Amino acid sequence: MTTAVSYTIPELLDRNAEKYGDQIANREKEFGIWQSWTWKEVQNQVEEIALGYLALGIKEGDHIAVLGRNRPKLYWSMVAAQRIGAVPVPIYQDAVGDEIGYVLGHCEAVLAIAGDQEQVDKILEQQDKCKSLEQIIYLDPRGLRNYDHSRLHSFASLHDAVDQNRKKYEKELQARQEKISPEKICVILYTSGTTGNPKGVVLSHVNIISASRDSSEFDSLSQKETVLAYLPMAWVGDFIFSIGQAYWNGFCVNCPESSQTMMHDLREIGPSYFFAPPRVFESLLTTCMIRIEDAGKIKRSMFQYFMKHARKVGVPIMTGEKISPTESLIYRIGEILVYGPLRNVLGLSRVRVGYTAGEAIGPEIFDFYRSIGINLKQLYGQTEASVFITSQPDGEVEADSVGVPGQGVELRIDDRGEIFYRSPGTFIEYYKNPEATKSTKDKDGWVATGDAGFIDESNGHLKIIDRAKDVGKMANGKLFAPKYVENKLKFFPDILETVVFGNNREYCTAMVNIDLVSVGNWAERNNVVYSSYQELAGHPEVYKIIQNYVRQVNEDLAGDEKLSGCIVKRFLVLHKELDADDGELTRTRKVRRGVIEDKYSDLVTALYDGSKEIHTTSEVTYEDGRKGFISATLKILDV
Amino acid sequence: MDQTEATNRNDTLMDIVKVTLRFGGVKALSDVSFNIQRGEIRAIIGPNGAGKSSMLNVINGFYTPQEGEIWFEGKLRPRLKPHQIAYQRIARTFQNIALFEGMTVLDNMMTGRMIYMKSGLLSQLAWWGKAEREETENRLIVEKIIDFLEIQAIRKTPVGMLPYGLQKRVELGRALAAEPMLLLLDEPMAGMNNEEKEDMCRFILDVNEELGTTIALIEHDMGVVMDLADRVVVIDHGEKIADGQPDEVRNDQNVIDAYLGVSH
Repeated sequence: MTTAVSYTIPELLDRNAEKYGDQIANREKEFGIWQSWTWKEVQNQVEEIALGYLALGIKEGDHIAVLGRNRPKLYWSMVAAQRIGAVPVPIYQDAVGDEIGYVLGHCEAVLAIAGDQEQVDKILEQQDKCKSLEQIIYLDPRGLRNYDHSRLHSFASLHDAVDQNRKKYEKELQARQEKISPEKICVILYTSGTTGNPKGVVLSHVNIISASRDSSEFDSLSQKETVLAYLPMAWVGDFIFSIGQAYWNGFCVNCPESSQTMMHDLREIGPSYFFAPPRVFESLLTTCMIRIEDAGKIKRSMFQYFMKHARKVGVPIMTGEKISPTESLIYRIGEILVYGPLRNVLGLSRVRVGYTAGEAIGPEIFDFYRSIGINLKQLYGQTEASVFITSQPDGEVEADSVGVPGQGVELRIDDRGEIFYRSPGTFIEYYKNPEATKSTKDKDGWVATGDAGFIDESNGHLKIIDRAKDVGKMANGKLFAPKYVENKLKFFPDILETVVFGNNREYCTAMVNIDLVSVGNWAERNNVVYSSYQELAGHPEVYKIIQNYVRQVNEDLAGDEKLSGCIVKRFLVLHKELDADDGELTRTRKVRRGVIEDKYSDLVTALYDGSKEIHTTSEVTYEDGRKGFISATLKILDV
Repeated sequence: MDQTEATNRNDTLMDIVKVTLRFGGVKALSDVSFNIQRGEIRAIIGPNGAGKSSMLNVINGFYTPQEGEIWFEGKLRPRLKPHQIAYQRIARTFQNIALFEGMTVLDNMMTGRMIYMKSGLLSQLAWWGKAEREETENRLIVEKIIDFLEIQAIRKTPVGMLPYGLQKRVELGRALAAEPMLLLLDEPMAGMNNEEKEDMCRFILDVNEELGTTIALIEHDMGVVMDLADRVVVIDHGEKIADGQPDEVRNDQNVIDAYLGVSH
């Protein structure tokens, strides 16, 4: 069913306020207690903010930037912007000044809504890059008392501005609301992109709502779902889950107290629908494993015994296969003793549908969650598609595929292996960038994903190999797929990030980033003394551990006929963590291959010229934007 | 210039007049006079053993000086009994952290509210009526401080498990929970790394600016003192040797001599 969408987000809000008026729409933990707002209250709040915008003189088509952690008020600010015909532009809250300046300038925002002093400071610092910016509204007044308030307003003061001329603004709001239509722009989302400046993806109400509707039907989401909004508001996924699907279904969106309390809040809320990128599942698993190692002997052996059993039968149970009665009985005992409590500790007891996307997830990690009874699935999507391209239906879940095309999504794979799609969620254009739009989306609406993949003939599931432009050839003509190898390496908890080189070369090499939590824990247990990340990373024992992992991956690769060329012959452990602030990763933590190859060209050379160690100096950017240098002598090991 | 005469009594929160404190034959403080004005950050500095902590103990009433007067809020303060000390709305943190290690951060901070809780033992046991209401009200105040100090994530963590820098922050939180008019900080940055110091400085400034709390602090880190304090009083060998703006004090010959030593 792909009927046309006849709603806009503000209209959905009105519908929900009428239909589910007294049901909870938003919760936020504040002062240690979950504060809640019903749909009716949300409607009032949004209207109040919209009137405030009118009082500030925001015009139709104006852009309003939103910067801050997930908070109900910021979500309302976005819907309120749509209500007056303006366009919300959420920005990554952890972006450094320059990036924020670029986005503010590029979208010509006239108003920015900032969560707190930190965000206000970043905006003020970038003022000369965005001449159009007239005013700033802040939520948390702390520390802002002595700032110049001629252009800076507190969220609370909007109310007073409205009261001076309420009648007039109410009338204007009415007129503005009548003019919004589903084809109008709903939101502009800037994608970080692995190359170049971020691009502003323009999505209409039709895009967002049809994608939300179709995906909700796919997983039969209902008004009863509960979700936790903790992923960056500027990311398309959060916009779809916390606004699109939430408004379509009328379910409740919960905002954690702070980013540090996310795990705790997750347990308290117990979401029924949960979304996380692989790294969240990885770090959940890592902390969990570390705690098990600290547990008593009985608990530890009990955990190991039942997890072994779960690895054997858990996944078949999840897919609905038949298993022997004894095995089923042991699994049920395990459910009481280990799996149930474990799910509870992870905060995933009530998850009915869980998704991971954005990056490939390690099969071990994926199966771990599925084997303890969490219905974790994968989906494949991008901002340009309003997230959904393919997703895995219940019961048809594999670690290495990303599922079947969603409702209304057409897929095509060209002879080079690149994936193209066409769907109702397909974006309108890149903001102020017609060339990029043209090169991505053709006149029939087909969009190039830039990913290479193929469709498994046996079940129609899409499999992703790599970014199309990253797939290359080894010097001997064999296939080079760096991300495939990197993912295999990253599945070891001790390895946080890695970059594999080898295009047009004789053999493959790798740079590795260790996971400080995991390796630090190992160091503590084994009395390995270290004073800094750099020292731990360079420790000979750590090198040995990593070497072991690389060997295991190589064995795996050697068995794969297609990818046997990608065996890693030499590697080094980097002295610093790859960081988005240094431009080495995108804000969604994807590796920027080109940047890294340039920046560490001396290391890449050393990886291939046979040297045993290399001295290097690299620039780092601190969180406050200052720059510094660190230097180190790195060893290079042959595997 | 004598600061006490120059300032208006209404702006003065505490006036310390010619205080002398003796422990047997040892003179810890002799003839020290200075004042603390409403809303300011007042630093007390001096070399080791100069009598700074004794001064702080005199200010909060723990020690009663043999000579001299303490005027607090325009009233001459008599010798106080221990429970009266607690009720006079002067809160403090300690040089060596003095928290209840086995208790959670929240419970530790709730002890700061004890002076405001009046319900009886039975009512507390049953946690009904007044006791419940009181706890809710006081918990809200504590929660606002938790929010202020950004320690939501460790609310339910036993204090003994926290790193030193966070424990210091919790101690500040407990002192703030008492909603003091005068907050005394005994070496709030001692033993901290740079990042923790920066955080602590920000919190002290925020407490002063946002909550309007008057602060008197002892600190060894001169950089910190000069940045934070509105006025500084310098004590050496139990005697006041300088008093004034940070810049004046920094260039005062007596202070330089006291810190660097002079050849005799």
